[in-house]
Amino acid sequence: MRTTIGNGHFVGSTGAARAAEVLPDTHTLSVLVENKPGVLTRVAALFARRGYNISSLAVGPTEHPEISRITVAVDVAEQPLEQITKQLNKLVNVLKIVQLEPRQTVVRELMLVKVTADSSSRTSVLEVVQMFRAKVVDASSDAVTIEATGAEDKLRALLSMLEPFGIREIVKSGAVAISRGGRSITDRTLLS
Amino acid sequence: MTSSRVTGAQSLIQSLEHAGADVVFGLPGGAILPTYDPLMDAAHLRHILVRHEQGAGHAASGYAHATGEVGVCMATSGPGATNLITAIADAQMDSIPLVAITGQVGSSFIGTDAFQEADIVGMTMPVTKHNFLVTDAADIPMTIKQAFHIASTGRPGAVLVDVTKDAQQAMTDFVWPDELGLPGYRPSPRPHQRQIREAISLLLQAKRPVFLLGGGVIRGRASEQVRELVDLSGAPFVTTLMGRGALPDSHPAQLGMPGMHGSVAAVSALQRADLIIAIGARFDDRVTGRLDSFAPHAAVVHCDIDAAEISKNRTADVPIVGEARDIAAGLAAELRERLAERDDRDYEAWWSFLSNLRESYPLGWTQTADGFTAPQKVIQRLGEISGPESIFVSGVGQHQMWSAQFIDYERPNSWINSGGLGTMGYSVPAAMGAKVGAPDRTVWAIDGDGCFQMTNQELATCVINEIPIKVAVINNSSLGMVRQWQNLFYDQRYSHTDLNTGHGTRRIPDFVKLADAYGCAGLRCERDEDIDATIEKAMEIDDRPVVVDFTVSADAMVWPMVPTGVSNDEIQIAQGMTPEWERDI
Repeated sequence: MRTTIGNGHFVGSTGAARAAEVLPDTHTLSVLVENKPGVLTRVAALFARRGYNISSLAVGPTEHPEISRITVAVDVAEQPLEQITKQLNKLVNVLKIVQLEPRQTVVRELMLVKVTADSSSRTSVLEVVQMFRAKVVDASSDAVTIEATGAEDKLRALLSMLEPFGIREIVKSGAVAISRGGRSITDRTLLS
Repeated sequence: MTSSRVTGAQSLIQSLEHAGADVVFGLPGGAILPTYDPLMDAAHLRHILVRHEQGAGHAASGYAHATGEVGVCMATSGPGATNLITAIADAQMDSIPLVAITGQVGSSFIGTDAFQEADIVGMTMPVTKHNFLVTDAADIPMTIKQAFHIASTGRPGAVLVDVTKDAQQAMTDFVWPDELGLPGYRPSPRPHQRQIREAISLLLQAKRPVFLLGGGVIRGRASEQVRELVDLSGAPFVTTLMGRGALPDSHPAQLGMPGMHGSVAAVSALQRADLIIAIGARFDDRVTGRLDSFAPHAAVVHCDIDAAEISKNRTADVPIVGEARDIAAGLAAELRERLAERDDRDYEAWWSFLSNLRESYPLGWTQTADGFTAPQKVIQRLGEISGPESIFVSGVGQHQMWSAQFIDYERPNSWINSGGLGTMGYSVPAAMGAKVGAPDRTVWAIDGDGCFQMTNQELATCVINEIPIKVAVINNSSLGMVRQWQNLFYDQRYSHTDLNTGHGTRRIPDFVKLADAYGCAGLRCERDEDIDATIEKAMEIDDRPVVVDFTVSADAMVWPMVPTGVSNDEIQIAQGMTPEWERDI
């Protein structure tokens, strides 16, 4: 299964926004792990040790308290991806790895962005916010803070629209992803 | 099982006993002190006090190598634990089942840079199969059970268990768990029958097949099944550095060791093969040489317990994941069935080519220019006089390669060395561990003068604990393998490789006097004509360790050799000499 994430590439938790380039070799893995101390370190260290670059990482609980889910996007070709998956599988705390097929997957990122908006520009900024179905979560006399969720390309488009007003600060989460349809990958893990 | 009220330390000792440990190599210190108290009274657990924690780790590894059982070492927090790291990494690289127990500062001190605090779980994460931090005494039995299970199943490896001092001191109920509680650990997949059929189809089509047998055959206790498969197939085999002894060297289909210092026949067999069936071998760079020119005509059937090894370095045409013995048995059964239907095998041209190479380019050595003893001769005679029931444990370097080349190994677990990590100083402590695991066997540490100076303090451990190993120091007065590379690739500029222990030097230290100081028998042999008598004398001494200083020529080199970064086709049988490829196959 070859996975290509939408239109591009996103640097998540590191915060260093890279140029909007198309990288066909970005793959998204959902890694189900035991919810134990140090598991994230083991996963992250494995990537570092084997020389693979994580481009986005998000960790959180699942519907089962003993299982956490790591969504990781990694830039590699198909062959090293197979190697990563096998190495991840060897980690004792890793329960299951699913490579997400982009067309069958909903991917979302969360972004908070602080934009210059004084009385002269505020209306225009709010128009952009509305257009993207984002929302304003904080405002002051010279700036607004906007919250937006969406796939990576939507957030990039939003940013480019906000850019002329003056972007003061950006923070983005790593991408989280879930497969379409009624089935759950965690259920099958617990059964096996 | 009924529970009993004990301290965490007592629980730890009882857990080790329940897990099947009978020997622990270790050295106490502050954070592991609570555990050393009940250890003193342990009925079924022998503790051997080492002189350096690295020695404890290598001894546990030697024990595991010789017995196939899990080796156990123990150390305190901080420097005690960090001193174990080399040995842990070494065992992990060579897939040796090892459990390391370390004390940790009290849980309330963790993260405060307390005295002798080191984040050993963080430090050993990249060099262990798995590791644990235990802060609650109630978790000790389960953790030890899991540690032994992980270390010994699937692809074996090193597991570290770090136990805080307060967890050792707390009162707890000891209950040996029935369950394992490792939902993410599935170590032993069954080989797929479809892939076994495909592999045999390839074998039956091949004109030039060869088996590449690695350490996995030994670790997986698969020698019997692999031998049956090899015999049935009629194909030749090679044994890697870690696989020496997997099948006997006296077997007629044995071509020797492949790789950088492999035999011409073994290296050429892989280069010319149209099919390689690798079992428990990982296509290490020292075997393949330049990967893009390695075995250019061969399809590869790669059998391994670790799926991540398949196609890691060399792409496999048929991957088979499972236990080596299951795979070998499956392949043999399939082959037998298919041969009964039809047998078109014709390996005559292949065997004729290989036999010719084997006869034309046997392993050998030439007289040294300085007239001093050739180290290869010492090692060959050691093997011949001590015999195949002995265990030979080497350090790392020239003497290691010669020991792999010039001793015939007839059974698994008779050859012990540090293959993956290449740890100088491995030999003496590993030999000590091997002798503890196999007390009825003669155990020779074949060491270099450089290696020996790294860990020889464990001779004290051997003497005090009556572990009569024999040490052959192949003393060429230098860091020999480094010197060989300086000779070949650095214009004979011998930068910092002279150790001043041999001929024409002040002999610092004098190994015979050193042996004497430790209470060992010390012998010296400087002439060819004394080799046999000296070995025989060493064989007779069994009430204490023996150290023999075989003072040899510094100029001897390991041949054949494939220099790094070139194709295995460039193998040299001596300096500047390549085999004559008189005919193609």
